Amino acid sequence: MKILIVEDEPALLQAVKTSLEKEAYKVETASDFDTALEKISIYEYDCILLDIMLPGGSGLELLGELKEAEKTENVIIISAKDSIDDKIKGLELGADDYLTKPFHIAELNARVKAVLRRKKMDGKESLDVNNVRLYLNDRQVFIDKIPLNLNRKEFDLLNYFLLNNGRLITREALAEHVWGDNIDQADNFDFIYYQIKNLRKKLQAASAEIEIQAVYGVGYKLVDV
Amino acid sequence: MKLQNQSIKYLSISIFVIISIWAPIFYYNIQDEIHDSLDAGLENQKIQVIRQKLSDTSITQILQQQGNYYIQPLPKAEALVIMDRFQDTSIYLPANKEQAPMRMLSTAFQAGDNYYALKVWSSVVEEDDLITDLFWAMVWLYIVLIISIIVINNFALRRLWRPFYQILAHLKAYRVEKDQPLPAVRSKTDEFRELQKAADLLTEHARAVFNSQKQFTENASHELQTPLAVITNKTELLLEKGDLEQQTAVELTQILGIIHHLKQLNKSLLLLSKIENKQFAENKRVSIGQICHEVLENLEPYATYKSVQINFEQLSPVELEINQILVHILVSNLVKNAIFHNKEKGQIHVLLQEDKLEVSNTATGEALDGQAIFKRFYKGGSSQKSTGLGLSIIAAICKRYGFKIQYQYSGQMHNFTVYFNTNSHNQH
Repeated sequence: MKILIVEDEPALLQAVKTSLEKEAYKVETASDFDTALEKISIYEYDCILLDIMLPGGSGLELLGELKEAEKTENVIIISAKDSIDDKIKGLELGADDYLTKPFHIAELNARVKAVLRRKKMDGKESLDVNNVRLYLNDRQVFIDKIPLNLNRKEFDLLNYFLLNNGRLITREALAEHVWGDNIDQADNFDFIYYQIKNLRKKLQAASAEIEIQAVYGVGYKLVDV
Repeated sequence: MKLQNQSIKYLSISIFVIISIWAPIFYYNIQDEIHDSLDAGLENQKIQVIRQKLSDTSITQILQQQGNYYIQPLPKAEALVIMDRFQDTSIYLPANKEQAPMRMLSTAFQAGDNYYALKVWSSVVEEDDLITDLFWAMVWLYIVLIISIIVINNFALRRLWRPFYQILAHLKAYRVEKDQPLPAVRSKTDEFRELQKAADLLTEHARAVFNSQKQFTENASHELQTPLAVITNKTELLLEKGDLEQQTAVELTQILGIIHHLKQLNKSLLLLSKIENKQFAENKRVSIGQICHEVLENLEPYATYKSVQINFEQLSPVELEINQILVHILVSNLVKNAIFHNKEKGQIHVLLQEDKLEVSNTATGEALDGQAIFKRFYKGGSSQKSTGLGLSIIAAICKRYGFKIQYQYSGQMHNFTVYFNTNSHNQH
């Protein structure tokens, strides 16, 4: 899997690169419009992370170029602008997702995986880790082909964990993923803790071959049993 | 005191002073004029009497008196030193039985060989009558002047000052956040045109400052996003390395918590400034009941966790022309607050009616300060994690659509009511 990161802030570029390399992707970078355009026209990528405000031009222009060249790369826009107009414009131009800065590594990871998977599966999405299989569209989970009954939040959490298999997810990242944008006081970790406790119990009872491990005081990690 | 009354006050006082100075001067002038004319008359009379007496110079004839004069013989030596002399005197009039004021001319003349003294007189207007008449004339003049001034003030001045009152009304109604110039007032008066110009300049400046401040909040929030992303991701990567000591990991997590708070603050501020900048322009017909259902379903797990029971009652279907994202934030912030600031095993009632949405919840503490809670960064006692912007966002959304938000505390329940302004929300 080859991924191109187009981002002009070097520190962020480096952090994202490091994180993605942990997932064993081959990562290339571009920090301005021209470099990005050059790389896009020469090489093929499985996924492109695209910042909108770039030295030398707009990321949206790059999207246009991609569309014109009939390249079907997966594009995730990474922008400081949380505006609906930009989102709509980006998605209309063929972007697959839109991630607003600042984001958590786990969130980016999940988005990249989801995008790559969607493409590969042609819409028939299932996430498999050991004996656990999750169907995103039907919102169903099976363990050894036996359905597991989860509530909405538990399902979202499990999905998030499966996408971040083996990676640390901080409590903040979990809270934000579960509650979405525009949360004010929703960063109540007790609730997250409570949900994860329930999810753990259910996984254990169904003898799933995965476990949500608490990394004390920091967050959680999905590991094989 | 109104301008009109002020000018009447000053005018009436100054006219009073002018008239009281002018009245005695006028009186003495008139008196002087009367004397002059009387004296000329007496002179004339004297000449006539003397001419008549000289036609026949016999003593008996001369001493015969008919009219307002008196003749008596005089020794030559005395007569030669007498000069014409006018004087004010009074003579007893038997007819009126009173002393009447007179003007008298004393002189002497020679008829034949004899010398005579002659006195002619004429009655004058009584002085006190004159003063009384003049006084009343002045009083009437004063009254007439004052009445005229009031009438002129009422009609002419009010007309003249009309542009001023128009500009004043415009300034009173002016709201800087509406981002509109002052309506123009037409006037031919230089001063009012200057005033309008000055007011235009001032409001324009205020608008520019207001706009740049709004812009600044937005830009600052935007610019903060990338550095925040860098800190978040670097810290997360550091934590993921796993070779940290427990203590270090915990402290890094605390830093992450602070960054998270900062992020929330930044997001909320950005959202607030976006609402105030009217960046959520796209309105469509939204079923409020539907939104309530979505929000409640979304928050249901958390309510269950806190053992809070939610009742939703919809009395009539409500559809509003509104931005869907904003109304979602509005309802969800209201319900979130009701869950978060609720007591264990508490209750929440959501009541949707044609003209209002009520969210009430059992209170943990006392009544809140209804004035302060909608201000930015208000924090109700306990929750340190809150940004203090949730209710400001609610208030901003309400203001954006002309809704009214009201807080009440009754029967141990916090109650927030949003009154939909169904008449005017279409114009936004």
